[in-house]
Amino acid sequence: MFPYRIPLRDWITAAVEYLETEFAFFFDGFSALIFFLVNNFKDGMLFLHPLVLIIIITAITWYMAGWKNSIIAFLGLLLSENIGLWEPFVETLALVLTAELLVVILGLPLGIWAARSDRVNEVLRPILDFMQTMPAFVYLIPAVMFFGLGLVPGVVATFVFALPPLIRLTNLGIRQVPHELVEAADAFGATSMQKLLKVQMPVAKATILAGLNQSIMLGLSMVVIAAMIGAGGLGADVLRGIQRLQVGQGFEAGLVVVILAIILDRITAGFGSRKKANSA
Amino acid sequence: MEDKIVVKNLSKVFGKNPDKALKALKEGKSKEDILRDQKQMVGVYDVSFSVKKSEIFVLMGLSGSGKSTLQRLINRLHEPSSGEIIVEGTDITKLDSKDLRNFRRKHFCGMVFQNFAVLPHRTVLENVEFGLELQGVDKDKRREKSREIIKIVGLEGNENSMPSELSGGMLQRVGLARGLTVDADIMLMDEAFSALDPLIRTQMQNELLELQDRMQKTIIFVTHDLDEAFKLGNRIAIMYDGRIVQIGTAEEIISRPANDYVKAFVEDMNRSTVLTAGTVMHPPQETAFTRDGPRTIARKIRKNALTGILVITTKRELRGYVRAKELAEYIKKNEDKEDISFDKSLLHKPAQVYEDTPLNEVINLYSGDHKFGPIAVTDKDNKLKGVIVRGALIAALSESYRPDFPENAENTEPAESPETPEGSENTNTK
Repeated sequence: MFPYRIPLRDWITAAVEYLETEFAFFFDGFSALIFFLVNNFKDGMLFLHPLVLIIIITAITWYMAGWKNSIIAFLGLLLSENIGLWEPFVETLALVLTAELLVVILGLPLGIWAARSDRVNEVLRPILDFMQTMPAFVYLIPAVMFFGLGLVPGVVATFVFALPPLIRLTNLGIRQVPHELVEAADAFGATSMQKLLKVQMPVAKATILAGLNQSIMLGLSMVVIAAMIGAGGLGADVLRGIQRLQVGQGFEAGLVVVILAIILDRITAGFGSRKKANSA
Repeated sequence: MEDKIVVKNLSKVFGKNPDKALKALKEGKSKEDILRDQKQMVGVYDVSFSVKKSEIFVLMGLSGSGKSTLQRLINRLHEPSSGEIIVEGTDITKLDSKDLRNFRRKHFCGMVFQNFAVLPHRTVLENVEFGLELQGVDKDKRREKSREIIKIVGLEGNENSMPSELSGGMLQRVGLARGLTVDADIMLMDEAFSALDPLIRTQMQNELLELQDRMQKTIIFVTHDLDEAFKLGNRIAIMYDGRIVQIGTAEEIISRPANDYVKAFVEDMNRSTVLTAGTVMHPPQETAFTRDGPRTIARKIRKNALTGILVITTKRELRGYVRAKELAEYIKKNEDKEDISFDKSLLHKPAQVYEDTPLNEVINLYSGDHKFGPIAVTDKDNKLKGVIVRGALIAALSESYRPDFPENAENTEPAESPETPEGSENTNTK
């Protein structure tokens, strides 16, 4: 139709190459950090006897979400170990934890910033919209371009994919704090930091934790997809099942993903609804 | 008394270019013109007044009159566009944010809000200590002080309750306590009792007055309710359209309203709290005496077409109320007897009020047993002064009806309300 084709792909390749060479130190450093985190989480958890870790996770579920959920968690974890998917289970958990750690480190401050400044919010909103409407798949491409194959781009793609909900809901939660509560803090002479820590964050806590919960769920789904670029974990087993048409194997791995999803969901959903224990 | 707060020519414009709006106002443009031409909202314009130490100063006005804006200018929750706010000699409009923060901590007891603004994640005790916590007072000290204040506002035993477990009245006590705990003496109350139901509201108003007797804070109280303003305020500033139209004691405002707006307002005030039983009562048309026999009483009832009659002694002491129907039955039962004596069991306790009982309390008597009978008005010695009949009561409440009863003529002046604070001097600073 057109005699001229816009060389979009050439531009992007050029830009990526430029960034890769000029910011190599950054990508290398980031890479090393992710490696370090994932391996430590993984080795730490694999260092324990499976039964010990199972009991720990069950106990956490019990504390956060009650005994009924903890029974589901316990049985699910035993099953995972029994069908020989314990290592990929732990690996996936380590990937998710690493990605979520980065999400919280970046997302929480960004959300707070967006809540406090309308201008930041205006800039962030279209970016977040863009990030959330992009198919999960597409995130893999830039991740691979900058970090090659393996677990690092997997974590990076997961991190980027899971970031928006936490920013959004942190922003929303703080903005929804009743105006009078903020005025009350101001009227008593609160500093900006006191206002944030003693009024805004605690009141917005439930919303922020709902954001974290959503973020973790998205992160888990991405980690499975990231197996396609070699991130490993349960996703790799699912992928292998698909590629070799081994229905049983693929299904098993999928089931363990679901078990992990349920446990993570119950634990983080428990954060928000747990009543504050009375002090004093 | 010394002036605690002096406000001079204070204005507030919400918008991007307040100076432009203020200039236009000076040229005589109206608020509406400015809103239309400049898309700027004038909240408060050229307001001057002073608040004395230990007085309750009420800002009264309808919604949109600028009363809440004005209050938030005084502690600079809103940034003034022009003018001065001098609190104990310091012009707080000139303070930078750090000095302002310290000034608020030192001189303002925070604020008390219509919707309480109690922190939902903290217990009562933790809410009450909030102000001191912000100031970095150590835990033992602030807890001790908080418990003391909790006792004063009547929340003892609820220290560890969460706000979700408390009623509106109790929540507002928490709000009040939170302010009182801070060692400062200017208290800002924004429609503090407006969200409470009428009974609790009256109770809280009374408690505030009691507390004020003891604590002697300087209170700026915002309300849209004239009754509340007159009840609480040592002085009242009536606001309209971002300006103060009159400042004075309740009595000054009622007797000499500054303009038609205030006049309409005062006249519109809930009559039932101003009018008293004495102003609407009639002289009793006919009464029975204790020495009257049943047949005499029956005749009096028949003659006046009454449903019952009040019985008094010759010294006019109220003895009771006789119902026409019961009396007729009694007489019928004893028809054959020549001389029947009056049976004490026929006497009922009548609805009884004093001359100075406000009408809104009188209305409450129109229920239960007393639904149809007249209400006896007596003095403190139980001497009958008059009766109130339903029709007159309703008429008095619905319009400016005054029964033709010269003895009580002076009582018809609403300014006689016992709640009017004393010690009023003409201090209209406008």
